[in-house]
Amino acid sequence: MPERFERRHLLSIRDLAREDVERILESARGYEASAADRVKRSTLQGRTVVNLFYESSTRTLTSFELAAKRLSAETTSIRASGSSVDKGESLRDTAETLDAYDPDVIVVRHPLAGAPAIVARSMRAHVVNAGDGKHQHPTQALLDLYTMLDALGRLEDVHVAIVGDVLHSRVARSLLQALELVGARTTVVGPPTLVPRGMETLGCEVSTDIAAIAAADVIYVLRMQRERMAAGEAFIPSLREYTALYGITPARVRAGQLVLHPGPMNRGIEIDPRVADSANALVAAQVRAGLVVRMAVLTDLVTLSRPARADALVELA
Amino acid sequence: MRLWCRNGRRDSLTLEGRVLAPAQGIDDCLRITVENGLVARLEPAPATRLVLAPAFVDPHVHLRTPGREDEETLASGSTAAAAGGYCAILAMPNTDPVVDSAVVLEGLARRAAEDAIVPIGFMAAISRGERGEELTDMAELADSGAAAFTDDGQPVVSAGLMRRALQYGALTGRPLAAHCEDPTLSRNGHAHEGPVATELGLGPYPSLAESLMVERDLMLAESEERPLHLMHLSARESVEALRSAQARGVQATGEVTPHHLCLTDEAVRTLDPNVKMNPPLRGADDRRALLEGLLDGTIAAVATDHAPHARHEKDVPFEEAPFGVTGLETAFAALYTRLVLQGLVPLETLLERMSSGPARIFGLEEPRIEVGAPANIAVLDLESEWEVTEAGFRSRSANSWLLGATLRGRVVKTIADGRVVFES
Repeated sequence: MPERFERRHLLSIRDLAREDVERILESARGYEASAADRVKRSTLQGRTVVNLFYESSTRTLTSFELAAKRLSAETTSIRASGSSVDKGESLRDTAETLDAYDPDVIVVRHPLAGAPAIVARSMRAHVVNAGDGKHQHPTQALLDLYTMLDALGRLEDVHVAIVGDVLHSRVARSLLQALELVGARTTVVGPPTLVPRGMETLGCEVSTDIAAIAAADVIYVLRMQRERMAAGEAFIPSLREYTALYGITPARVRAGQLVLHPGPMNRGIEIDPRVADSANALVAAQVRAGLVVRMAVLTDLVTLSRPARADALVELA
Repeated sequence: MRLWCRNGRRDSLTLEGRVLAPAQGIDDCLRITVENGLVARLEPAPATRLVLAPAFVDPHVHLRTPGREDEETLASGSTAAAAGGYCAILAMPNTDPVVDSAVVLEGLARRAAEDAIVPIGFMAAISRGERGEELTDMAELADSGAAAFTDDGQPVVSAGLMRRALQYGALTGRPLAAHCEDPTLSRNGHAHEGPVATELGLGPYPSLAESLMVERDLMLAESEERPLHLMHLSARESVEALRSAQARGVQATGEVTPHHLCLTDEAVRTLDPNVKMNPPLRGADDRRALLEGLLDGTIAAVATDHAPHARHEKDVPFEEAPFGVTGLETAFAALYTRLVLQGLVPLETLLERMSSGPARIFGLEEPRIEVGAPANIAVLDLESEWEVTEAGFRSRSANSWLLGATLRGRVVKTIADGRVVFES
């Protein structure tokens, strides 16, 4: 049994060391059986998990809700549309209100970078970042590692090519850091306007040529996030040209290569439907991994990290 | 131009310490006798732990009045200035309403004559409402005492309007001060374009957004043979452009903020909205270039760009937070601690760039320590250590990048225009 650690939150992959990642993936593996048998674990019996989502989400929210329920936690989800300003109540006030219910974990998704950190500063609960702006989405990266490990049997020296709109992708940032942590090799591929400057400093190679995916073990396809492109600020001339240059078509995938996508997919834009539906694609496996990995993350924070409530008492004293 | 301050009796007092007035070539232990606000005698005296320097001039502050008196007033802002060792400050016109007519300017002047602890000068807008469309009545504004013209907070996007402002501004005898930003390049930008913004996923605000406008405005000023002041420079390319324009004989000057001199974009990793400002903190190369520019005189002035914001407006996620940090009360101590004590800038240079440098650019009377001159003196205790706390500010706002920091060097007394305006 590992010792309790000082970390209280999962806000960024940067919060984790390699052994943390390995422990979470191993613990997730242990939940596979209960996921398959739909057996509830009593691990978080009597605990409360609140999901605070300021951005629409189907799979992440469902996955966190189910994970909490499979662990016997009480769970409730709050969907807030728009930014905290539109809503009239500040993020800090919302966090302090929720804190009054004394939840054990709060899962936050927000359209702006750093919002979960603000919640973490205002609350006694453990905070899990379920995606903040273009910054981080650590549980997505962990479930992607789990999926790759499951399919390939290793992560060390695995070569992953991440393709598409890297500029607007929190998934890409988290995944690059997570892959670096476990010793994988990464290549980022996308149009020059959608790969931010200094990407190499995150430990990856960068290419604007789709041919660079040929050597990879895994092709990780990013969603072409049209909603992030305000009118009058087109990063690419057209989706048609994007698809021609970077779309993942059967011709661009070789036998044995794995194809992952964080969803939701724009079929026919960044990924050809024939690839999405092929045996190479592990999209459904990613969704299943999401459940067990989030069970592992919740368990890890509540049972291993510095207890939130006792900590609060110490701070008050 | 005029400065306004409330009336009051001029003080008489004596001060002893190391008088350091680099612009006058003085570095001596002296007793300064001030009588009725004027320096009456300078005599040799034993050393004390105090440094007596010409008081500071801040050419760039936001006093939020009229419109956002919850964030700052003429009284609170000038009290903060007094606590920072300043004897004169120039307020920006991007208030609500904008200082774009003589009526607004004269209203402010009247209030300053009642409330200002330290003399305040007011800049007026280049364009009506700072909308970048039509020129303000510049000559009338100059007659009413405008210190200079700027659309600070907003760039003058149209090169045509900027050229007209330079041409027509000749009637006013006042300089134009430029906030250089190409909004098509800075759009959705929250942090310097580079590895930090890339890793954090913050919208990039490239150096080019500034330096391209710097180059444009320098070319316009050169062509019109008019003086131009470049505000809050942040990028290496901007400093280089200014240096080469000066070498060609362009009447161009520049200023730099304490935060751009002390920090790089690495500080943004905390996602603390108190390190979010416009222009953004840039890379280590840029910071080096700003320091070199300050040292060689390309950049003749330190300006705080003191930008108070209500706590509830800053206490939000980084990308939602407004740009700007306060600086009046921490500028000297921050620069003394982070630059002078680190051996990056000599104390003499810092004092000159905080006082006579900015005064010269805007044609203000240079604070001097000489017999017969009005007493404008900052009394500094270089040994004193203090912690920056929210409760310690005289400003109505506490959005400082230095909250929690321990600084060396403290302003213990400020004399502005012959009056003791601050004493700790």
